[in-house]
Amino acid sequence: MSGTTTIFKRELRSYFATPVAYVFIVIFLLLSGAFTFYMGGFYERGQADLQPFFNFHPWLYLFLVPAVSMRLWAEERKSGTIELLLTLPVTMWQAVLGKFLAAWAFIAIALALTFPIWITVNYLGSPDNGVIFASYVGSLLMAGAFLAIGSCLSASTRNQVVAFILTVVICFLLLLAGFPLVLDAISAIAPQGVVDAVAGLSFLTHFSSIAKGVIDLRDLIYFVLMILAWLYATAVVIDMKKAA
Amino acid sequence: MIETRQLTKRYGGFTAVDAITFKVEPGQVLGFLGPNGAGKSTTMKMLAGFLAPTSGSATVAGFDVETHPLEAKRALGYLPEGAPSYGEMSVREFLEFVADIRELKGERRWQRIDDVVERLSLERVLEQPIDTLSKGFKRRVGLAGSILHDPKVLILDEPTDGLDPNQKQEVRTLINSMARDKTIIISTHILEEVHAVCSRAVIIAGGRVLADATPAELEARSRYHQAVSLTAANVQQAREALARVADIASLELDPQDNRLTAFPKPGRSIFVAVSDALKAQGVAVRELALEPGRLDEVFRTVTQGAAGKEART
Repeated sequence: MSGTTTIFKRELRSYFATPVAYVFIVIFLLLSGAFTFYMGGFYERGQADLQPFFNFHPWLYLFLVPAVSMRLWAEERKSGTIELLLTLPVTMWQAVLGKFLAAWAFIAIALALTFPIWITVNYLGSPDNGVIFASYVGSLLMAGAFLAIGSCLSASTRNQVVAFILTVVICFLLLLAGFPLVLDAISAIAPQGVVDAVAGLSFLTHFSSIAKGVIDLRDLIYFVLMILAWLYATAVVIDMKKAA
Repeated sequence: MIETRQLTKRYGGFTAVDAITFKVEPGQVLGFLGPNGAGKSTTMKMLAGFLAPTSGSATVAGFDVETHPLEAKRALGYLPEGAPSYGEMSVREFLEFVADIRELKGERRWQRIDDVVERLSLERVLEQPIDTLSKGFKRRVGLAGSILHDPKVLILDEPTDGLDPNQKQEVRTLINSMARDKTIIISTHILEEVHAVCSRAVIIAGGRVLADATPAELEARSRYHQAVSLTAANVQQAREALARVADIASLELDPQDNRLTAFPKPGRSIFVAVSDALKAQGVAVRELALEPGRLDEVFRTVTQGAAGKEART
C-alpha cells in the first residue's frame, strides 16, 4: 500500500502549502466555538458535558466539509493532473483512498484543535470523558461520510462550485432523511418499506446516539459502509468520466 | 517495445481511434503526426493506461495495458499533453513525489533526481513552486518526471510545445541521447522535429494510420522531391535556359522571393542537367539547391486527401 501512503502525504502537504488550510481551520474553530457558547447555551445549561458542542457538528460539516472535498478530484481533472496521477504505477483504489484519507486527516487535525473546549469543560466541572471521546470518534466518522460523498461528487465534475453545491444538497438530504421534509416526499410515491429504509439512512439519527456517548456497533457500521460505498462510487465515476 | 493490435476507441457513435496496428522496437523513435483531433492523444492515452480501449489490444514492454496495467505503467514514462503537474509543489517536492511513487530508493533515488535535474537544467528553479514557473520550465519539469525512473518505454505527447527554439533544441538533443536503448513515441505538430529526432513517422487522421515510413521515404512522396530550386538575377533569362532541359515537367515561380523551382518528370533526375544548362547560357545564379522533398506538403496531401475521401463517402 505504499502508493496510498505516498499520495496521502503529498495531498496532506498540499493542504498546508496554500492558505486554504489555515482559513478552514480558523473558521471551523470560530464557528464551533460560537455555536457552542451562543446557540448551544454552554454555560446556561449548567452541565459539564460537550453536548452543545457536538450537536452543531452536523450543520458545521454540512458547509465546511464540501469546501474541503470539492477540490479533491475536480481540480485534478481541471488541471489535467488526473492523467499524470492515474498513469503512475498506482491502482485507482490507491489513488481514491490516498486522497480521501488525506482530506480526512486534515479534518481530524481541525477537530483535534478544538481541544481547548475539552480542557474548559474539565476545568469547570467533571464531565464523563469517555462520552466525550466517543463523541469525537462519532463526529470524525460523520465527517468521513460527508467527505466520501463529496469525493464522489467532486469526481463527477471539473467545476468545483458545482461539486460544492451538489455535495451540500446531498448531505443535507441525508442529514434530514429521518425527518418529514424528506420522508413526506418519498412516502407519496414509495411503499412504507422504502420510507423506512430512507429513514434509516439519516445521518442525524445515527449521529445523535453517538453524540450522547452511546457507541452502537450499528452506527459505526453505518458510517463505515457509507464511506466505503461512496468511495467505491468515486472510483466508478472517475473511470466513467475519464474519457470526457 | 510497444505494440498495438487493431486498437480502437469509440465514444458513442464517434470513432476516435480506428483499428490502429503498429509496432515500435527499442532504438526507434516514432513520430506521431496528424491534424488536431486525429486521435494521436487518444492513442497515447490508451497506451499509457489512462483510457481503456473499446476493442483491440496494446502492449508496453511486453505487458498488456489492460490485463497487467501496473507492470506496463512501471516500464513506461508518460508525458501527458500540456505536461500537467501539481502547481503548489516545488520542483524538488514534485520530483521526490514521483520518485516515491516509482519506488526509487536509497542512493538511486538521489542519483536519478540529480540526473534529470541536470539534464533538463532545473537547478535554478528547484525550490520554486511549479505554478510560478514559465511555460518552458513547466514542460521541462513534466518531462523530468516522466524520465525520472529511466523507463524502457517513453511516450511523450507534444514534448516541445510552448518551448522557445533553444529549449526545443535541448529537448530534441535529450530525446536523441535517450533513443539508443529506449522505445520512444512522440507526437508533434512540428514537421522539422520529425527530421531532427524521429527514425520513423506515422501520419494519422480520422483515427486511421495513413502513412508509416521513415522521414526520408515520406519526403520522397513529395512533389518537391528531386526538384531543383534556384534564385537567379534575371528570372526571364533563367526560364529560357531551363526550357532547354528535356526532363523538366514544369516551372514555378515564388512571387515573394523570386525563387524558381523546376519539377522533374516522374523518375528523372534533373540537377546536373539544370546546372549545365544554366552554365551554358551564362545565367548568373545566386543559389541552386536540390530539394529533398517537403514534409509539410506530404502531410497536407496525405491528411486532406483522406478527409476528402471521407467527405465523399
